[in-house]
Amino acid sequence: MKAQSSGRPGDELLRVEGLKTYFYTEDGIVKSVDGIDFSLKRGEVLGIAGESGCGKSVTSLSIMRLISKPGKIVEGKIWFDGQDLAQLSEEQMTKIRGNRIAMIFQQPTSCLNPVFKIGDQIVEVLKIHKKMSDRSARDRTIELLTMVGIPSAKKRFDNYPHEMSGGMCQRVMIAMGLANEPELLIADEPTTALDVTIQAQILELMKELKRSINTAIILITHDLGVMAEMAERMVIMYAGKIVEQADVNDLFDAPKHPYTQGLLASIPVLGQVKERLEVIPGTVPSLRNLPQGCRFAPRCPRRMPVCTSEDPDLLKLDGRAARCWLYHPAINPDPAVAEEQTVEQVNSYRQSHRHA
Amino acid sequence: MVTRIDNGSAGRANLSGSQDYILQVKGLVKYFPVRSGILQRVTAQVKAVDGVSFDVRRGETIGLVGESGCGKTTTGRTIMRLTDPTRGAIIFEGQDIAKLSAGQMKHTRKDMQIIFQDPYSSLDPRVPVGESIGEGLLIHGTPKSEREQIVSEMLKRVGLHPEHSRRYPHEFSGGQRQRIGIARALSMQPKLIVADEPVSALDVSIQSQVLNILKDLQRDFGLTYLFIAHNLSVVEHISDRVGVMYLGKMAELCDRNELFENPRHPYTQALLSAIPVPDPRIRRERIILKGDVPSPLNPPSGCRFHTRCWLAQQICTDEEPAWRDIGSENGSGNPHLVACHFAEQTKVKAGGTAMVARNFDPTAPAKESIEGPKS
Repeated sequence: MKAQSSGRPGDELLRVEGLKTYFYTEDGIVKSVDGIDFSLKRGEVLGIAGESGCGKSVTSLSIMRLISKPGKIVEGKIWFDGQDLAQLSEEQMTKIRGNRIAMIFQQPTSCLNPVFKIGDQIVEVLKIHKKMSDRSARDRTIELLTMVGIPSAKKRFDNYPHEMSGGMCQRVMIAMGLANEPELLIADEPTTALDVTIQAQILELMKELKRSINTAIILITHDLGVMAEMAERMVIMYAGKIVEQADVNDLFDAPKHPYTQGLLASIPVLGQVKERLEVIPGTVPSLRNLPQGCRFAPRCPRRMPVCTSEDPDLLKLDGRAARCWLYHPAINPDPAVAEEQTVEQVNSYRQSHRHA
Repeated sequence: MVTRIDNGSAGRANLSGSQDYILQVKGLVKYFPVRSGILQRVTAQVKAVDGVSFDVRRGETIGLVGESGCGKTTTGRTIMRLTDPTRGAIIFEGQDIAKLSAGQMKHTRKDMQIIFQDPYSSLDPRVPVGESIGEGLLIHGTPKSEREQIVSEMLKRVGLHPEHSRRYPHEFSGGQRQRIGIARALSMQPKLIVADEPVSALDVSIQSQVLNILKDLQRDFGLTYLFIAHNLSVVEHISDRVGVMYLGKMAELCDRNELFENPRHPYTQALLSAIPVPDPRIRRERIILKGDVPSPLNPPSGCRFHTRCWLAQQICTDEEPAWRDIGSENGSGNPHLVACHFAEQTKVKAGGTAMVARNFDPTAPAKESIEGPKS
């Protein structure tokens, strides 16, 4: 497809290891992303879901190296096709950003430059990274606009963003993102600002493009409906950490983490009328002042003594993972027994297995 | 103190006797003038709401759904008289409030309150929340001691602590602020609450908390809700009846179950099919509408949906469809109102939303389609 992407579909494209991105504000350190690991294969769609402040957007901005002061990538590696993005100079990163990794944002109207024609904004991307001539960049742009379903693309080339609707602007953003045939496309809430019928158009378009171009996609959204439709694998984040990771079918069939369970139960689903919705009590903790132990513990219906003192690891379970003491081999999930479990027992278990 | 509690069950019971309307909206029109030139002459009208009629029964929740620009929020605000209607009647408790003066309106507004979408901008940041909640009572001359009592009672009702009344809005999370907004609306002991997108700014786990509170309060206080939202799943959850709006007009209005199981307006069908369902194993046939909603400055002739409708015929361009009752099929005896020339032919198989309009080819180009995504 293109010279620089040497890998085959199914090869690992991205691996994030122990990523920590903190914001050093006057009121203290905000640990927006606090040690996350995940990987992505070529051509795969990975969904990252969670509520506001869980760190899903900061994760994507970290991959793009778009974190600016007072934020900073404090620790961790972002392996992209064998290179650690976290270590690259700004100059090297500029060559990758918009070229091999592209991003589309939530607010299409504010992400396009209002004083330039939409066509010229795409031409710019092609000229910078592909060193195309004016002529061929223009032709390619019209081709791209047609591909994303913009009618009479030749005429639309000369439109300014304010002359287009939100749905059309999002199509332009997608065309721009795909201009250089990136290996990875990060879509941060790409349909959240759009109406449902327009959202349906954009989702359909993304699925179609996925089939024809085979770009790996990281889809970030809080809408679990969109997730179920688009993603192959999912990551659920809560307060800066990954709490669950699974294949999309497994996740919706049998969520493991109490937070995921609560989240799925609390959304009203079309066609399934319930008298009352399930509720996750309380609110998301402040990232400046995190609770001790598991971050979800204060709201968790299955909280055990160990949960409020020790943070669980992301435990591997048969092709998936959950950050919850319930699945720790040293803990018996039977609540009556779990009541007896002490922190010491868990610690001694950890000690004995660390050397094993 | 809070006396309307015992009226609650009575309000609900009246649901069956369909004559007890708390609110009747008749031919409501709201145009916003567009001025231009140095003389600031009116050069055009934004037809935000253009002839909407519906009745609200005492004790029910009526949902209004539609996409941005359909006029649902303007309808709610005009009913509250936060903007003045251009034409039409708003009969609240037997009185047409569309023509009341501001002074007369002050009395009526005690009985109708609004909850806004954005919990951040709808509370005064410089005033302790207790004062915000009690402001309406102050205006209506409730003595201080009673006011404080009602404020703490209301805070308790929405799941907050009475001590919170001295705090400022920035000390609360979005979900808590929305509860404060609800407490403020409740403090006047209203009969009707217009809830304008009350949960759309909230995270899902908080959204369900607020929806449950709204349901509890309705049961305890016998409230009537006009619930405006764009999220159909939320509207389905909370409403007894649902109205679907498109470009300033009502497209369809009927009982909740009837609407979701037997939608008859093509726009409702498309809207229902467009919603992503949180179940990866469900693969639905989806109606993809062509193009965008036309501008309310210059809405299409005839049926306003005809530019995007896959069923459109010549008559749809020429004639505006009547707002008529096609009779509900769920045996409730309640009317099923729809504005479509072909409402009899749009019937879908049982199971409704999942297989909407199989017979129609959604990929076929709509008549006079403005823009087609797959062209």
